Amino acid sequence: MKPDPVELLYVEDDDADLELTMIALERGRLLNAIHVARDGVEALDFLFCRGAHSGRSFSVPKLVLLDLKLPKIDGIQVLRAIRQDPRTAVLPVVVLTSSREQKDVIETYQLGVNSYIQKPVDFTKFQETVRQLGFYWLVVNEPPPAAAAHQE
Amino acid sequence: MFKPAFRLFSNPRQSSVVGRLTRMNMLVSAAALVTACAAFFGYDLASFRTAIVEGLSTQAQIAASNTVTALLFNDPQSAVNTLAALKVSPSIVYSGILLPDGRVFAEYRQRAGTVRPQFPAMPPAQAEAHWLGHNRAVLAHAIVFQGRRLGTIWIESDLDRVNNRLKHYAGIAGIVLIGSLLAALLVAPIFQGAIAAPIVALARTAQEISRSKDYSARAAPRQSEGEISVLVESFNEMLAQIQSRDAELRQAHGEMERRVLERTAELGAANKELEAFSYSVSHDLRAPLRQIDGFSAILMDQCAAELSPDARRYLQRVRDRAHHMGHLVDDLLSMGRIGRQEVRRRDTDINELISGIQSDLAPECEGRRIEWRIANLPQISCDPGLAKIVFMNLLSNALKYSRDREVAVIEVGHLAGENAPVFFVRDNGAGFDMRYADKLFGVFQRLHRSDEFEGTGVGLATVQRVVQKHGGHIWAEAQLEKGATFFFTFTPGRPRAKEDSKIPAVEVLREA
Repeated sequence: MKPDPVELLYVEDDDADLELTMIALERGRLLNAIHVARDGVEALDFLFCRGAHSGRSFSVPKLVLLDLKLPKIDGIQVLRAIRQDPRTAVLPVVVLTSSREQKDVIETYQLGVNSYIQKPVDFTKFQETVRQLGFYWLVVNEPPPAAAAHQE
Repeated sequence: MFKPAFRLFSNPRQSSVVGRLTRMNMLVSAAALVTACAAFFGYDLASFRTAIVEGLSTQAQIAASNTVTALLFNDPQSAVNTLAALKVSPSIVYSGILLPDGRVFAEYRQRAGTVRPQFPAMPPAQAEAHWLGHNRAVLAHAIVFQGRRLGTIWIESDLDRVNNRLKHYAGIAGIVLIGSLLAALLVAPIFQGAIAAPIVALARTAQEISRSKDYSARAAPRQSEGEISVLVESFNEMLAQIQSRDAELRQAHGEMERRVLERTAELGAANKELEAFSYSVSHDLRAPLRQIDGFSAILMDQCAAELSPDARRYLQRVRDRAHHMGHLVDDLLSMGRIGRQEVRRRDTDINELISGIQSDLAPECEGRRIEWRIANLPQISCDPGLAKIVFMNLLSNALKYSRDREVAVIEVGHLAGENAPVFFVRDNGAGFDMRYADKLFGVFQRLHRSDEFEGTGVGLATVQRVVQKHGGHIWAEAQLEKGATFFFTFTPGRPRAKEDSKIPAVEVLREA
């Protein structure tokens, strides 16, 4: 395995959505260094090098793209765990989900999410949204330096 | 139970019954005693005086017959001796014999200094006369011999004995009066206890109950028969009734509260279920739609060369319907959200609200000629967020249905209703047939085909929800191809037109 550090952790349980998102990312030329987790447990295992990922050397991705409705541990719990750990407390997390139920929006922002995006039904719009957010967070945005995370 | 007599007067309000009874008792006894004493006294006085006069008369007759000889033989000394015999009677102070010519023939004085009294004129035809003064009694008796009047004997007696007797009488009467009054005063409360004490006790109980509101208390029951025990029993019965009604009321109240809690819980559960439902809808219903649209789009893009024009058209239809259903889901969710939302009223500038909406709608106005006629609208109390939904829906409807007009005229104004302003939004668009007006505000109800005017049939239902949540009303008036007008209020109460206002007399469609 190439020691290419993962830039984007994408947490998604729905394989159809996963495929559509991957196509959108590919068309936006943003496919490099993506790791996909299929549920909340897997996402946290990957981030904190536990379980199946215990052999991974710890590194923080540039962005976590998080679905909310997930089996086992849902997106909000994943977000809470990320914010509670000093190593990932300032890691950019963007929620990308089907709903925009007010209580989800409020709760995730209270937990410190960096952005909340509802997946549009129209694929053309969806593709554009994914392209924009990937470009912004992976290319335009300056991620917090590793030092900032460890200082917490 | 029996209270000392002096306390009966100490608190006139509390013990007025007892006090009054005592006073009445004493007054009656005193009056009876005084009347009885006066009667006895009067009678005794009269009979005593009669006895005195009779005694004097007897003595005068004896003296008269004993002095006839002395008068016949003109022997005054003998007459004096005869008269002197009167000294055995200590009350006789003077006696004298007067000759018919008025000269004094003989006299007797009890004491040397006794003044001869003034003799009143004796009626000539009478053999005897008497006069009773304040403390003197005088009696005159004619001395007659063989039909000839020889003279008159006068006897004067003092009334000391009578007066002494009177004084004794008064003294005894006074002692009896005071004694009997004292006895009445001491004995009265014992008898009054039977009447007054139960009433006082009843009054205390009533006062205590009205203060403590404890209707379980009871007045002490009476052994005796009569009105007072009837009164006490009735009072207790009344209390029992109040108590049982109180209990019933409390039970009914408790039942009501229990039911309210039950209903609230049910409602809360239903609301929670609805929320869970809409949450699930928003997640689970949108995802497959997006995927249908997504894969159709990818199919059209990547396999464009292999698809016939028909196949491409079908795929486009699939995508359109997916988009439409996406809008339906979104509108439904938003209507549900609005339905659950609380109305938070504050003073709202409707003109400001409308200019905000106009800039939101700018993209839809591009390339069109639109004449906006926005009146100067009043500030009203409403939920600004919800009111915006109303105006947003009505204005975008007005824009949509007037898009075939060369110049679309969209008017927002208000009429002076009797209790609140009635707003209206009017357009010169497609309008609708008033026969179907009752379907206008129903969910998913549409009066136009979607190939004429697109839409989900949720907008006006949402508008009506918002208006009703404010307690207001909404109704519409339209003519096919001439335009439609929507009237609505944000104020509770049925809108009533002022005499001079132009509110149309159309059926209010709020129940639609």
